[in-house]
Amino acid sequence: MNFVAPDISPVIPEIFVLSMACLILVADLYLSDRFRIVSFLLAVGTLLGAAFLTLSDMGAERVYTFSNMFVDDTLSDVLKLAIYALVFVVFVYSRRYTQDRGLFRGEYFVIGLFGTVGMMVMVSASHLLTLYLGLELLALSLYTMVAFQRDSATATEAAMKYFVLGAMASGMLLYGMSMLYGVTGSLEIAVIKARVAELGVDNLILVFGLVFVVVGLAFKLGAVPFHMWVPDVYHGAATSTTLYISTAPKLAGFAILIRLLIGGLEDLSAVWQDMLIILAVLSIGIGNLIAIAQTNIKRMLAYSTIAHMGFLLLGILSATPNGYSSALFYALVYAFMSLGGFGMILMLSRKGFEAENLDDFKGLNQRSPWHAFLMLILMFSMAGIPPTVGFYAKFGVIQSLIDVGLVWLAVVAVLFAVIGAFYYLRIIKLMYFDDPETDAPVQATVDMQVLLSVNAWALILVMPWLGSIIDLCRRAIAGL
Amino acid sequence: MIPLSYFLILGAILFALSVMGIFLNRKNVVILLMSIELMLLAVNMNFIAFSHYLQDISGQIMVFFILTVAAAESAIGLAILITLFRRRQTINVDDLDTLKG
Repeated sequence: MNFVAPDISPVIPEIFVLSMACLILVADLYLSDRFRIVSFLLAVGTLLGAAFLTLSDMGAERVYTFSNMFVDDTLSDVLKLAIYALVFVVFVYSRRYTQDRGLFRGEYFVIGLFGTVGMMVMVSASHLLTLYLGLELLALSLYTMVAFQRDSATATEAAMKYFVLGAMASGMLLYGMSMLYGVTGSLEIAVIKARVAELGVDNLILVFGLVFVVVGLAFKLGAVPFHMWVPDVYHGAATSTTLYISTAPKLAGFAILIRLLIGGLEDLSAVWQDMLIILAVLSIGIGNLIAIAQTNIKRMLAYSTIAHMGFLLLGILSATPNGYSSALFYALVYAFMSLGGFGMILMLSRKGFEAENLDDFKGLNQRSPWHAFLMLILMFSMAGIPPTVGFYAKFGVIQSLIDVGLVWLAVVAVLFAVIGAFYYLRIIKLMYFDDPETDAPVQATVDMQVLLSVNAWALILVMPWLGSIIDLCRRAIAGL
Repeated sequence: MIPLSYFLILGAILFALSVMGIFLNRKNVVILLMSIELMLLAVNMNFIAFSHYLQDISGQIMVFFILTVAAAESAIGLAILITLFRRRQTINVDDLDTLKG
């Protein structure tokens, strides 16, 4: 057997981000605290560079490399660009917050970039091994990031819970993968697909493996009944970490869902559709209902995340290309809404003060009308009220459900979305109709002010380009 | 030759033991880490059995990677455990209850 050098051109963005992360790790050792900003700038520059590399290599052609372990297609390009953008904004938003709390260290950016590489590998995986390695690289980075605030009792507890449940989810996923391997005789997702088509849906071991895979994925996404870690981690971790966890990794989670369930096991859709229906209905229902009872806004947004993940699953379980593309659109929109929501919490926090209770939003309109209005847009969008993009995301998902005749499911989803609107609107009520408990001015760095404004306004102003974004999602799914 | 099903049953038993270890254990966080390790080893057992049975080497390669990742994972798990103990002076699972919801 001859050694053939693999074609590395599709993986150049991954190699670039990985080497830059290592470079920052070393360079940071030689920087004093006064020049820590250099690590920040390098990290942000890395993401811009990676975006440039991905854009310059963005073709319609689907390219496999490393013996079909790695794929570069439209879906991976779209998701990677969104991940760069999200991580970029996360770094900018969290700069002042981390500086105030002594968390502004090189390791924060290095871990963030390693997590980014993990996500990039996940979205491009076409082999169970690369999928697992990307997933673990991301998960290990996230555990570390949560534990980053060493002096906080809640952060370490959250890290421990996250670690145990996350590791168990990986174990479940791997057990499922071992069953798939045993039945199909291959770890390559394309080969698995071909073998599954021959075997059909009656193969018991295949379905047994599928159950474990779905459970593992549901854990990672945080769908009910595997959601226990989500509120604790969101609440316990430093808000800058919560911001990171709640945005880009959701896109990566969506990607492995697509790669495994649709890329590999689409012929079993009759089986996984039922499982996803249960997960989705429970997530939307329990997520929205428990969120109402929360007084901590991070915890409330955690339950809202669970509900949003339920909506994402609704798009996928319709098992049509239309459903997948609406789920992709939903994931993208959700990630940017969540980015703005947690960004707002970061902005209201000051040195020695965490704006994590709902009461901290009281009378925001009197303290700063502009920020209150930005929060209003974000909450409208999360609730799914037109003319925000959040409405169109929900609309697309529900339409794809009706197209396949699951009308009862669409009704349930809309019903719970209406119930969910209550707690989003409650924040708006607190901001506009209650008196503030403090008169401290809202302070933030200029870059954060600008980005947060763009972030929130984009949820409305993106309307004229909505058609082309949805079209891009369709093309990404069609290119699978 | 030992039939494949014996290995799979052993793997399933180990996996079930580890899941029970995670859910039933209310005492010590270190036992949780041991259960997680056992879970990955149960999976490895499956992969190796299938790999031998199918005469396909890729399953064994996967096991190498799983072992490596498991090592990294337990390193991080123990590191988190140490910060937790420093904060709390306890590693009792029942004491991890400041976050509730």
